[in-house]
Amino acid sequence: MFKITKQRELPIVKVVLIKLAAIACGLMLLGVALAFLGHNPIKVYSELVLGALGSSYRLVETINVMIPLTITALGVLIAFKMKFWNIGAEGQIAMGAIAGSYLALFHSNLPKPILLVGMVLLAMLAGGVWALIPAFFKVRYNSNETLFTLMMNYLAIQLIVFLQFSAWKDPKSFGFAKIAQFNESAIFPKLFGVHIGWVAMLFLVFAIYMLINHTKLGYEICVVGTSKNTAKYAGMDVKGTILKTLFLSGAIAGLVGVFQASAINGTLSVQVSGGYGFTAIIIAWLSGMSTLVVPFTAFFFAILTQGANYIQTVFQIPQALAEVMQAVILIFALGSEFFVTYRIEWQSKGGPTT
Amino acid sequence: MILFLMAAIQAGTPLLLATLGEIITERTGNLNLGVEGMMLIGAVFGFLVGHSTEMPFLAIAAGAASGAVAAGIYAFVTVTLRANQVVTGLALTIFGTGVSGFIGKYLMGFVLSEGFIDQFEPIAIPLLSKIPLIGPVLFNQNYFVYLAYLLAIASWFYIERTRFGLNLRMVGENPAAADASGINVSLYKYVHIMIGGALCGLGGAYLSLVYVPAWQENLTAGRGWIAIALVIFSQWNTLYALFGSYLFGMLGILGFRLQQFNIPYAQYIFSAMPYVITITVLIITSMQKGKGSNEPEGLSVPYFREDRH
Repeated sequence: MFKITKQRELPIVKVVLIKLAAIACGLMLLGVALAFLGHNPIKVYSELVLGALGSSYRLVETINVMIPLTITALGVLIAFKMKFWNIGAEGQIAMGAIAGSYLALFHSNLPKPILLVGMVLLAMLAGGVWALIPAFFKVRYNSNETLFTLMMNYLAIQLIVFLQFSAWKDPKSFGFAKIAQFNESAIFPKLFGVHIGWVAMLFLVFAIYMLINHTKLGYEICVVGTSKNTAKYAGMDVKGTILKTLFLSGAIAGLVGVFQASAINGTLSVQVSGGYGFTAIIIAWLSGMSTLVVPFTAFFFAILTQGANYIQTVFQIPQALAEVMQAVILIFALGSEFFVTYRIEWQSKGGPTT
Repeated sequence: MILFLMAAIQAGTPLLLATLGEIITERTGNLNLGVEGMMLIGAVFGFLVGHSTEMPFLAIAAGAASGAVAAGIYAFVTVTLRANQVVTGLALTIFGTGVSGFIGKYLMGFVLSEGFIDQFEPIAIPLLSKIPLIGPVLFNQNYFVYLAYLLAIASWFYIERTRFGLNLRMVGENPAAADASGINVSLYKYVHIMIGGALCGLGGAYLSLVYVPAWQENLTAGRGWIAIALVIFSQWNTLYALFGSYLFGMLGILGFRLQQFNIPYAQYIFSAMPYVITITVLIITSMQKGKGSNEPEGLSVPYFREDRH
C-alpha cells in the first residue's frame, strides 16, 4: 500500500526540473505518435523550431504571436492570483477591439497620436468594463464567475459578428462580409520591425511584477487569494480589491484587442481574439502564476504555433498539430504538479511506517 | 410550422446529449469545460468509423467511446493527480479541437453513403405520432432523437430516485461526508465523468453522422459552450435540460429563418439569446442562493482526503 502526503516546500530548481521533465515526456509521446504517422520526430521538431525562428521574418511572426499571449496572460494572472477565475479574456479582447475600432473607423481624421492614444484608452476602458460586470455580480450576489465570464465571451463575439455582417459592413466589399480596412493613421507604428505592442508588453511585465510584489493593491490581491476571511479581518476592502483588479485584468485584455485589430489585421473581424484568451489562461497557469516566467512560456507557445504553421507546408502535417502539442504538453505539466505538491510514501504490508 | 418545430428538435438533440453529459459530470462536483473538445472528438471518430465501416451502430459507439476516453484523461488529471479543473477542461477543449482538426484534414470532403444516411431516416412511432401537432413533431424523428429523450428521463430517474444517484449527489455536494460514509469518491467521479464524456461524444457523433452529415472544420461551432450554458439554464436538472435544449435549438434556427422575412437584426439577436438568457438565469439564481438551487456545493472545489481538517 501507499499513502499520499503533502510535500514539504521543494527547492525551486527541483520544481523546474519536474516541470521540464513533464514537458519532455509530452514531447516524447507526441514524437511516438508522429513516428506512427511515418514522420521522423526529430526532424519534425527541428524544422518546427527553424520554422519559428529560422529567419528574421519568421522571428517577427513568432513575436507577433508572443505579444498578445504575454499581455493577455498577465491580465489573467492578476485575477487568478485572487482566485477569481476570469476565463473571459477572449471576450475582453473582443470588446477592446470593438471600442478601438470604433475610433479607428469613424474618427480617423483625428491627428495620429491622439487617435492612437484614444484607441488604446477606449479599448482598455471597454475591456475593463466587460470584466467588471461579472465581478460586480460576484461581489454583490456571489455569482459563479467562471461560468459568467465564459458566457460574456460569446456575447462579445456575437457583437462582432453583428458588426461585421451588418452594422459596420463595408459597402464597397462586393458583398463580402468584412469591415473596411483602417485608415493609415489608425495603424500602430513599428519599432525595429515589430509593432509597438512589444514595448507595451515589456512595460507590462515589469509593471505587473511591481504591482504584485511592491504595492498595497498587489499585497491585497495575494491576501484575498489566500483567504477572503483573513483579508476581511485585516480590515481590507475585499470587494473593492476584486472590482479594481478585475477592471485592470479586463483592461489589459482590451489592450490586446486593439493591437490585434490595428497592428496585425488592419481591421476588426470575428477572428480578432483567435483563441488567445484561452491559451493565455494556460500560459498563466503553466508559468506557476509568476509574472517573470510568463513571457518565456508565451514565447514557447508562440514557437509551437508558428512552427506548426511552417511544418504544415514542409511535411504536409496538418496545422492542428500545434493545438494537439499545446494540449498534450499542458496536460503533462498539469499532471506533474501533483509531484510538486504531494509525495507518495510506500508502506510495507504490516502497518504504517514512518 | 410542424417542419420548423421538427427542425428545432433536431437542432436541440446534440445540445441535449452534451448537456446531459455535463450535468452528470458536474453532479460529481467536477466542472469539465472540455465539452466542446469531447464533442469534436466524438464527431471525428464517429465519422471516421462510420465512413470506413458503413455501420451506424459501430459509428455511434465509436463516438461515445472516444468521448469517454477523452473524459477519462480529464478524470485522471483532475481526480487522481488533483490538477485544476478549469485549466484541465480548457486543455481538453484545445486537445479535442486539435485532434479533430488533425484527423479531419484527412476526412475533408468525404461524404457518407446513401445507404448509411438512410438508416437515420425518421421513424414514426405508432399511435403517438398521430397526436395532432405534438405527434409529428416529437414522435416522427430518427432514433437518435428518441435515444436522447430516453437518456434525459433515465438520467433524471437515476440521479434523483436511485441509491447510486443519491451517493452521486452526496459526492458532488459534500465529498468529505460521502467519503466518511463509505462511498468511494474517486470511483464515483471517474465513472460519471466518463459517462458524461460518452454523452458529449454522442452529441458530437450526431452532428457529423446525422445532422450535417459530412465532415467540416470546427463542426460543433460552439455548441459545447452552449451546452455548458444549458446546464446552468436547466439548473442541473436533466428534465429541464430536455425542455431547455429544444428551446435553445429553436432559438438557433429561428434567427436563420427570420432572415427570409427581412426582419433586421433578428438573426444576431437570436444567436446572442442563449447567452443572454443564461447570464440572466445565473444572476437570478445567485440572488436567491440557498433557496433550492441545484448547483452542487462542491462544484469545481477539488477534494483531497488528506486535506480534511
